[in-house]
Amino acid sequence: MYDGGKIITGIVIGLVLLTFPIWYTHGTPPPRPEVKLPEKEKKCVQPGAYMKLKHMQLLDLWRDSTVRAAKRSYVATDGRKYEMSLQNTCMSPECHAKKTEFCDRCHDYTGVDPYCWDCHIPPKEEPKKEKPEENVH
Amino acid sequence: MNIIISLTVSFLAVFGLVVIAFVGVWGAHLEWLFGVVIPYLAVITFFIGIVYRVVQWAKCPVPFRIPSTCAQQKSLPWIKYGYAEKLDNPVNTFWVVCRMILEVLCFRSLFRNTRLEFGSGQEIKYKSAKWLWLGAIAFHYTFLIVLLRHLRFFTEPMPFFVKIIENVDGFFQMFLPTVYQSGFILGAAVTYLLLRRILDGKMRYISLPADYFPLFMILGLVTTGVLMRYVLKADIVSIKELTLGLVSFKPVVPEGISVIFYIHLFLVSVFFAYFPFSKLTHMAGVFLSPTRNLSNNTRIVRHINPWNNPVKFHTYQAYEDEFREKMKDAGLPVDKE
Repeated sequence: MYDGGKIITGIVIGLVLLTFPIWYTHGTPPPRPEVKLPEKEKKCVQPGAYMKLKHMQLLDLWRDSTVRAAKRSYVATDGRKYEMSLQNTCMSPECHAKKTEFCDRCHDYTGVDPYCWDCHIPPKEEPKKEKPEENVH
Repeated sequence: MNIIISLTVSFLAVFGLVVIAFVGVWGAHLEWLFGVVIPYLAVITFFIGIVYRVVQWAKCPVPFRIPSTCAQQKSLPWIKYGYAEKLDNPVNTFWVVCRMILEVLCFRSLFRNTRLEFGSGQEIKYKSAKWLWLGAIAFHYTFLIVLLRHLRFFTEPMPFFVKIIENVDGFFQMFLPTVYQSGFILGAAVTYLLLRRILDGKMRYISLPADYFPLFMILGLVTTGVLMRYVLKADIVSIKELTLGLVSFKPVVPEGISVIFYIHLFLVSVFFAYFPFSKLTHMAGVFLSPTRNLSNNTRIVRHINPWNNPVKFHTYQAYEDEFREKMKDAGLPVDKE
């Protein structure tokens, strides 16, 4: 081999860079996240499998509908009516009241950082949701 | 080779790969084969193949300096040898490194591309032709960004730069999931590079299936990736479980990942495995191009061919020692008495 030193150095640098995910994520990968589903309410606006894949598109539709067309009523595939609201419908106390136990679980795991929270305020968690004033003390 | 045959063969090859993955996962439920076995084999082939190619290149002797000399060589002091000349006809390692950096990062030799054109009558002109450079640079850099963005599936926690790249890439915050420009620019650039080969007669003449196949392959990758992210959807929590399992050598295949993911992964696997056998090795080869990585010091340093046969010399001194008496007898002049 000619210029062996330089070439082997180059190969080693290349291999180190290209195997970045392997040495960066060494050891046991973190377990798959599980979301905490609501205790009382068992029916989401659409079936779970649909929501799992397409909730962001539904929410995008809701945003455009409410903000741009001022239409706030959503009729689900099964005929039930909902108010199009992230904070009052999706994240109502009966449903996904805690962002950290629902939204964040999968988003953190997959590195998704949705910009919902640039405008929306996630419901206050702990200790009492109905009287947020008391949290100040 | 005929353009129709070349295009058909390359397109059918890529389409066949899509069908194989579709039938294999949707029909035969070979998730383990397509999700774990083939990706591992492909990555092993990639690494062994690339290292093998580089070592083969390194074994080729390059006894003489053969850099492409695109400017005046360093010569007598009154012949101009400025920065442009230093860059395009480098005499030392520093300027070779500068030239290589511009080549690898900016594709300078494509930027310097010119096209020969006829002016009025018999007059000829060399016109700057930057479209290839633009297509190539858009293609390579968006491909790099797409590749780096995929680190979010292969690392936990994500390295800081992935988030920065995502934010810049999704700068316009269009739709949900946010549209990443890079994927679409990549698709457009590959389409341009493909059309360039098909529509330009001169390019068509020199294009082979080995040129079309990688382009169709990348188009297939982009299409499946874009479809998966924006239209058909896949369960990315399960996908990340699978990909993290792959990089940590504890493979798992979660239930319920849609077929589009396996098609995408299979195309990526074949792409990686194909790398060392194809023109795509220019990724490693660019660093080992003697016409780029050598300095032009042929007038400064003596380069000796290492495999020259040893020549048995008979010097004049030895000759004279051997024949001195005979030379004297014949009346020939000799150096030593």
